Amino acid sequence: MHLSTLIANESATAAHHASFPILSALILVPVLGAVLVAVMSNRRPEWVKLTATLFAVGTGGMSIWLLSSFKSHEAGFQFVSQHEWISAWGISWHLGIDGISLFLVVLTGILFPLVILGVDPHHDEKRYLAWLLLLEAGVMGSFLSLDLFLFFIFFEIVLVPMYFLIGGWGYDKRIYAATKFFLYTMLGSAFMLVGIIATAALARHDIGYFTFDLVKIAEHASFATNTARWLFLSFAIAFAVKVPLFPFHTWLPDAHTQAPTGGSVILAGVLLKMGTYGFLRFGLYLFPAAAVWAKPAFLTLATIGIIYGAIAATMQTDLKRLVAYSSVAHLGFIVLGTFAITSQALTGSVMQMVNHGISTGALFLMVGMIYERRHTRAIAELKGIQAVAPIFAAAFMVVMLSSIGVPGLNGFAGEFLILIGSFETARWWTVVAATGVILAALYLLWAYQRVFHGEPDEANSSFPELKAREGALLLVFIALIAFTGLYPKPMLSRIEPSVDKLIAHVEGHSSYKAPVAHNHPAETTTHEGGE
Amino acid sequence: MLNLVWLIPALPLAGFLLNTLLGRKLGEPKSGILATLMTAASFVVTVGVYFDLLSRTSEERHSVYTLFSWLPVGSLKVDMALLADPLSITMALFITGIGSLIHLYAIGYMHGDPKFPKFFMYLNLFVFSMLMLVLGENLLVTFLGWEGVGACSYFLISFWHTRDSAATAGKKAFVTNRVGDWGMMTAMFLAFSSVGTLSYSGINAAASGHTLAAVTATGIAMMLFVGACGKSAQLPLYLWLPDAMEGPTPVSALIHAATMVTSGVFLLTRMSPVLHAAYPWSGTVIATVGALTALFAATVAVAQTDIKKVLAYSTVSQLGFMFLAIGSGAYVAAIFHMITHAFFKALLFLGSGSVIHGMHHEQDMRKMGALRKMMPITGFTFIIGWLAIAGVPPFAGFWSKDEILLFAFANNRFLWAIGVVTALLTAYYMTRQVIMVFYGEARWNDHAEEHGAHGDHTPHESPWTMTTPLVVLAGLAVVGGALQLPFTHSTKFLEHWLEPIIHHSERDIAGTWADNNKWLLLVFAILVAATGIAASIAVYAKGKAQPIEPQILADGWRYDSTVSAFMGGPGRKAFDGIAAFDAKIVDGAVNGVGHEVRTLSGLLRKAQTGLVRSYAVIIGFGAVSMLAWFLLRGVL
Repeated sequence: MHLSTLIANESATAAHHASFPILSALILVPVLGAVLVAVMSNRRPEWVKLTATLFAVGTGGMSIWLLSSFKSHEAGFQFVSQHEWISAWGISWHLGIDGISLFLVVLTGILFPLVILGVDPHHDEKRYLAWLLLLEAGVMGSFLSLDLFLFFIFFEIVLVPMYFLIGGWGYDKRIYAATKFFLYTMLGSAFMLVGIIATAALARHDIGYFTFDLVKIAEHASFATNTARWLFLSFAIAFAVKVPLFPFHTWLPDAHTQAPTGGSVILAGVLLKMGTYGFLRFGLYLFPAAAVWAKPAFLTLATIGIIYGAIAATMQTDLKRLVAYSSVAHLGFIVLGTFAITSQALTGSVMQMVNHGISTGALFLMVGMIYERRHTRAIAELKGIQAVAPIFAAAFMVVMLSSIGVPGLNGFAGEFLILIGSFETARWWTVVAATGVILAALYLLWAYQRVFHGEPDEANSSFPELKAREGALLLVFIALIAFTGLYPKPMLSRIEPSVDKLIAHVEGHSSYKAPVAHNHPAETTTHEGGE
Repeated sequence: MLNLVWLIPALPLAGFLLNTLLGRKLGEPKSGILATLMTAASFVVTVGVYFDLLSRTSEERHSVYTLFSWLPVGSLKVDMALLADPLSITMALFITGIGSLIHLYAIGYMHGDPKFPKFFMYLNLFVFSMLMLVLGENLLVTFLGWEGVGACSYFLISFWHTRDSAATAGKKAFVTNRVGDWGMMTAMFLAFSSVGTLSYSGINAAASGHTLAAVTATGIAMMLFVGACGKSAQLPLYLWLPDAMEGPTPVSALIHAATMVTSGVFLLTRMSPVLHAAYPWSGTVIATVGALTALFAATVAVAQTDIKKVLAYSTVSQLGFMFLAIGSGAYVAAIFHMITHAFFKALLFLGSGSVIHGMHHEQDMRKMGALRKMMPITGFTFIIGWLAIAGVPPFAGFWSKDEILLFAFANNRFLWAIGVVTALLTAYYMTRQVIMVFYGEARWNDHAEEHGAHGDHTPHESPWTMTTPLVVLAGLAVVGGALQLPFTHSTKFLEHWLEPIIHHSERDIAGTWADNNKWLLLVFAILVAATGIAASIAVYAKGKAQPIEPQILADGWRYDSTVSAFMGGPGRKAFDGIAAFDAKIVDGAVNGVGHEVRTLSGLLRKAQTGLVRSYAVIIGFGAVSMLAWFLLRGVL
């Protein structure tokens, strides 16, 4: 126990930011907001909304501050805060951030205030906002935890507000969808709970005492080959459901379609990323050899998901369901990159987690806007909207092109890195997965044609143009899409060191060897050519 | 001047941004004038860069301008960088030059269209993307332009998007092109994994330095060719181009004749050392696909009645010629034909647009005739375009086509024979078009009565904004051949100019039978063109024989309808099957398990939702109390 405190103090001083526990604040501020909103009087709803907005904007502001003070070339955890919690069980409040979690935290910080400001729940706003803030705390906690048990708590907490958001503010089949979402992901994480406890118990042998500390277990514990595989699988099931990876994806279309717009944006934007993030942090990092062993299986499932999700998306008749299935395809790319384990692929995966959050989040927002105006999401009932609302159509087009993966926009940068990196270690999977870019164009352009092109019929001819508030909201998303697509370097340079460190860790703990950097004579001629 | 190379794409980009922000305020014609000036200014800069390059020695005609580091991860280093060398500047010259003319033309053509500013916004974005494509220093910057022109092509084909056929054609173009893009992406993956860079100079150096294995080079070359087949409308992916004629005619001229569709030819020329390092059969594949596409499209063009469809199939056919050249190792000839084709095909398309404009949006050639009297400038320039494409000396197309056939003969006589038959058909169907539109009886009078009281239906000549580009392009179609004349070594200007790019891979045919007897082949080519023209005159002007226009040719050998039927039939059924599989089997299993569990806990059946709700509440309370405990014990 003495040793653990020592290490904790050491890492805290190493971070140089021990003065203000920013990571703890990122979790606790939204919790505080949720509590405050919950106990506030509802006589002045605008005050309630203002309070919630302030807390969300405050959290967002802190995440931006974090981004600006993050040391870009440092690979390890920064802003670490570690406190003893339930010392009898070896559970500690251990938070830290690195290049892998940084942008997910920032995305969470940005997305929640945008959702609160930009989307109306239409009823019971007070409760809605309270759940939303609690959800934000849970998501933040999941991305920041460096303690297995703490992570599990946050991973589970998230289910509760999401369940109530879908069940309380969703559409006609919301109870069915919420229940399915809850039970399915709950079942997945039940395996993880067993895995977490077993991991800590088994790691005790190498570490010398009982602890749930992720870093300590990952760095010091070594499991027997088969044990590690079982443990890895117990985590992997929880993450595969969360991502969701084919064939565990069927809760997603229901949950997305029935969730209120704000819920869908958050669900696609950050909740699914808890699964892909989990694969990196608690899969590759914790059980490197087992992850390398399971590589072919996950590459295969990911590739199937890319093609299968895209085909299923093509045939959907509900626009929101179509976007939901497109997520299955997009997240397949992220899992592909994760298990390809190369610098480009992993960096691309982390980047794509954020990109998908932005572009799919924006798509869900716009599907919500269509629903507000037309009270339907059925593609067959929409027609010719571009003729009556050209600005709305243009915004949809930009976001759609990002989702299709047109270079110069963010979706391409991530997807391309994933594919070019995966090609080195997973050649044939990549060649097949790359056909997903054809299908993505097919399902989105076909949907666009049916919804936006053609002569608007009577029901669609009075489709209102984008309102100022909606326009401002979408402008934020489009700006992020264009900036990240054209100048991803600031993002990449912060992600890559941590990714490389993770790859080195995998190499150090398994027989895996990542492809070495090319030192081809041809490269030198490249530079000679310049002026 | 070389340091200003970034201005070449920046000017049209600025035009696009300005029109995006201010287009509606500027309105017609100011937004069009702005776009035209931006493209023209870009042309002026390109000319400056050209003369700067020209003033250097051949080895020094290579300059990289790096804007910023775009996608740097690990060993992958991709810069947003522009490359100014003879090939890219040649491309940029005719893109901005012809582009400016077509912008000017469009000011007249799009007159009165409610979306006038938007049209020019897209047009400028297209020119920007096309310039990025050709100026890219690496495959990824080219790919940025490649996809950019694809997106613009989509916007512009479906410009009149309330028309279902236009919307469908736009989507078809994008999706079909994506098949090619998959090939190009795979080529990039292969290049990076084997050479470690995406820069042209790096990959080409590895290829010409024999450090790139032949098998890898073949893989890269074939995958690039898949990409080229999509963008440059070759078999089996040409399908989208005839449909692309749904777009406004300036778009057909600029994108679907002069510039974008030649991207594939450009790309393969840019990567010619890789093609050279590949197994020899890869060249045969390219040449064969090119020759077959040329012949196939020419047979279809013979039976078209839509004035633009003839030109569309003709474009597919001429692109086939360019690939025949690439596959035969005749890169100079390919670029030469690309340039002359840009002159005369842009001219023909703009001429057809002028006819359509003058005919009040009629495109059926059977309802035209004798138009040369009503539209003298259009008629005269169109006839020059016809002579150029038909292979009549000394017009531009004759020289470039002849050079391709020369190399084809040296390379593979069977493919040369296909090329000759295609040349014959080209002369035939183009003569047919000229006769149907500009000669014979005026058939538009009957047509006017059909429509009844629609006012004046007499065809009229187009305004100066439209005729000026016609006259300039006609001039170029006459003299364009001077770029590369086969008389002596010194008249082969283009060959010397492109030498630094292709010297390693250009096939040397000196000493072959073809080269020794090239004058014979030249005379033969003239005879072939004359035969085609004469036959067409006999059929369509003199009526000495019945036209042979079987329905199967008019339907494009039913290839398109077969593919559509497959996509709409079995393809769609398979997709539906997978969607149903997902709903019934995958999700069915999940719900089935849920149902079983519920049945087992029979007592709680009705309270199923309540169960989860209370479960959730318990978790919620548990979590909150844990947090509270933590707050008390841990932090405080």
